[in-house]
Amino acid sequence: MPSQQSGPPDGRLARLRGPQPPQPYTARKITALTANPACTRRAVLDAAGVDKALLAQQVGYEPRFGQSPFALAREQAFHGLVKWGGYAELIRLLREQLSVPVAEAHVTDLNEVGGNTALHMRERETRRLIAHVASGQDVRLILDRPVLTLEVAGQTAYLEPDALTHRIGGKFYVVLIRSFAAIDGQANPTAVAEAAKQAAVYVLALRSVFETAGLPTEQISHEFLLVCPKDFSNRPYGSLIDLRQELDALQFQLSRLRRAEDLAARLPETATLDPTRSTDELSSSIEALDASYTPSCLSFCEMARYCRDQADGCASPARLGSGVRNDLPGIDSTRIALDYLDGVTAPGEAEAEATELLRAAARLRRLRRGAA
Amino acid sequence: MSVLSTVATLTASRTGRAEPLTTVRHQHLDEKPFVLVPLTLAGEACAPLAALAGTDPDHPTLLTVRQPRNRAERFRFAERLAALLLAYIDGCRTETEPYTIGRGKEKEERLRFQRAPQLLVPNGEGIAYVRLLGRLTRLRATEGPYAVDPSVPALGKWLTWCAELAEFPNSSVLLAMTRLLAAHWATGQSPSEDSHLASLLAWIDPPEGSDGAQAARDAEDPAVWPPAGPSTDPVFDRTLHELMTRYDEAPDDRGREAVGRQIDRELSGQMMPTWRLMWRGVELLRELPEGAHVPDRWALDRRWFSEYAEYLDADGRPQARRDQAVRAARRLARLEDAVARYEAERAYDDPLVMAEYELTGEAFTGTVTARDEDRFVPGARPGSQVWRPTITLRTDARVGLAVGTTVKSPARPGQEARILEVRQEDDGGHTVVLQLKGGFANKRKPPAPAGTLAETGEELTYTTLNPTAMPSALPDEENTPWTHGGPPQPYEPTDEDAEETWE
Repeated sequence: MPSQQSGPPDGRLARLRGPQPPQPYTARKITALTANPACTRRAVLDAAGVDKALLAQQVGYEPRFGQSPFALAREQAFHGLVKWGGYAELIRLLREQLSVPVAEAHVTDLNEVGGNTALHMRERETRRLIAHVASGQDVRLILDRPVLTLEVAGQTAYLEPDALTHRIGGKFYVVLIRSFAAIDGQANPTAVAEAAKQAAVYVLALRSVFETAGLPTEQISHEFLLVCPKDFSNRPYGSLIDLRQELDALQFQLSRLRRAEDLAARLPETATLDPTRSTDELSSSIEALDASYTPSCLSFCEMARYCRDQADGCASPARLGSGVRNDLPGIDSTRIALDYLDGVTAPGEAEAEATELLRAAARLRRLRRGAA
Repeated sequence: MSVLSTVATLTASRTGRAEPLTTVRHQHLDEKPFVLVPLTLAGEACAPLAALAGTDPDHPTLLTVRQPRNRAERFRFAERLAALLLAYIDGCRTETEPYTIGRGKEKEERLRFQRAPQLLVPNGEGIAYVRLLGRLTRLRATEGPYAVDPSVPALGKWLTWCAELAEFPNSSVLLAMTRLLAAHWATGQSPSEDSHLASLLAWIDPPEGSDGAQAARDAEDPAVWPPAGPSTDPVFDRTLHELMTRYDEAPDDRGREAVGRQIDRELSGQMMPTWRLMWRGVELLRELPEGAHVPDRWALDRRWFSEYAEYLDADGRPQARRDQAVRAARRLARLEDAVARYEAERAYDDPLVMAEYELTGEAFTGTVTARDEDRFVPGARPGSQVWRPTITLRTDARVGLAVGTTVKSPARPGQEARILEVRQEDDGGHTVVLQLKGGFANKRKPPAPAGTLAETGEELTYTTLNPTAMPSALPDEENTPWTHGGPPQPYEPTDEDAEETWE
């Protein structure tokens, strides 16, 4: 377990980042981090709040992520629809689909606290409201855009779930609003899985709020409410999704994350991740941080194409996918594997078995290709 | 992934060129496939934006939706696609041929079409698109307040039929080009990168004087190679968004038409590279000889096609929103059977695929060293004798199969063999004695007719795989017992289905 105590907020990591304001941790970043917990590079970059897109661009790998104006418009329109008229649609959903007896809607907008939009202010207000509702002193059906905190790799992350609702069986539910469609009750499984992982981050954050306030965490549901468009329409559809598996996995992964400061401390004193510095300086600092590249990184990490070229350079088996990596146990380079195959080098005792199988496969390929 | 494909991947990563994984093509490739390259509007569940479609590589038909959020325009797109696809399907419904099903008393002669439609899309998402568009259009009503053109639900039913068959590995009715190519070649990149059509083809067919690995990387740039759809490149979407805004705000029809044409040109530019890649893929696959079981599987596709066409003429109700339990169970059983049979057929047709089973010990190859043609053993009836010749094989591989296992050889698929003895030799090789049963052209005693009994010196592969294994039997749908809810009722589209919004 990493220590739960937060380090000095403006230590080594802030110096690495340079003068730019830090990029906040988001639930998406945390799930990405736990998807690849061995990646020191991403852990340090995220903890330092470095703008990874800018950094990647600076070292010659412009990220190819970006949101289409059409997708953005649709997402905003759907969010707007669900929240319109004091969450009228969400309340209808709770009443009709989840049979929640709702007579009156108590909605609190936590996008600002008395005109103040500062995160720590909203976070304090969220904490106060949750404590009141949980202890029965107050009633709220929906908390709109609350702010929760979670310790990640020794850093405090401020998180903003779409909403929290407290009325389904007297428990707190995290609500996520997503604009991918559920067609005949089935949505894209990858999209749902990603939403569930993010919801798990929020639930953990909510638990930590309860723990600090000395409230019973049994009041927090291990399910979350996913709201997405029904079929091909814009009408919201809601579904409760169990998170127990995601919560266990996330807790385990978070406990494995080493403190980012400890990881950064191993960098040379001159290292920098400030995107305004020269490409050479940046490259040598990035390379000093170990990456753990796998092809799945390409779908979510801004640095992935940089890491991929590096993995190509050192012939890492993981770059060819898990199938190849699993067939090369203990062999950490495909060049070495090819040398074993060619008989140029003899494998060590640990690699002998894998090599024998590879050689048998290569021999069969030679024989059977000729047979045709 | 098998160790064999790992070796192929390793080799490809060194040479910079894709390595063949098969010696033959395992899917039917029609003389006249219907290629569909679709694009959808980002963020929407299924909002068609454009498509290139047709059977002529040089003259694709361009379909575009200039205002994808307009319901009428979407249905017009569906109508135009229907006009193309239904005409193609009708073209397959001409000549028929007889075939028989069942055995003995239940033997029945039926007719099937000599052709069936084959739809090719760029990737797996293309198949999902076909499924969604089918779901959206098949339940529409052709009369009443939300009436659509009759071709729209007809299109939906055929698209759904294709999408359902696409789950069966033994069907070639709807295929994704990336999957098709990746099943025949191993590249030096990861499977997720192989789902990018341009970079996959760069490995298989690198441009003159270029390395496949480098060409694949270059192909990833969406500015050079637009994505193969249905999702568009977000950067392109900015251009499109601007054009669509101008289209909406155009002061007059002439101005609007001018912007509309520009939208068409831009969309066409996004799809043309993929269109060419699709046909390049078709060419490459045609160069491979066809596997021996491929015509049989295509005959099955033609039978399914004929049966569905007949059903549409007679009944014509669309597929339900969701399968009923009975139908789902039946489908699952068919799917499991199809997978097992397809795997076995592939191995029988292709020594390079069989090699995977040799490596895992489910098959072995050896040379016949001896044979006992005149061997008889006691039969089931007391005192009877049955003719069971043996052959002895010598192999230098390890034989992992136990004594008593029944095996078959692709060389004589009609002949069953039982392992009587497995002996390890001093040099690490093995000697296997096999007892043969059947496959002697109906002869019950020696001598064996020419060619039915392996000759000494012949090299043979024996495997536990059996493509003719009988599938699990389920009662006919109309005989579903009452314990299982009785025969399922067909799905009747409701008014709600017809009105379903498509925003």
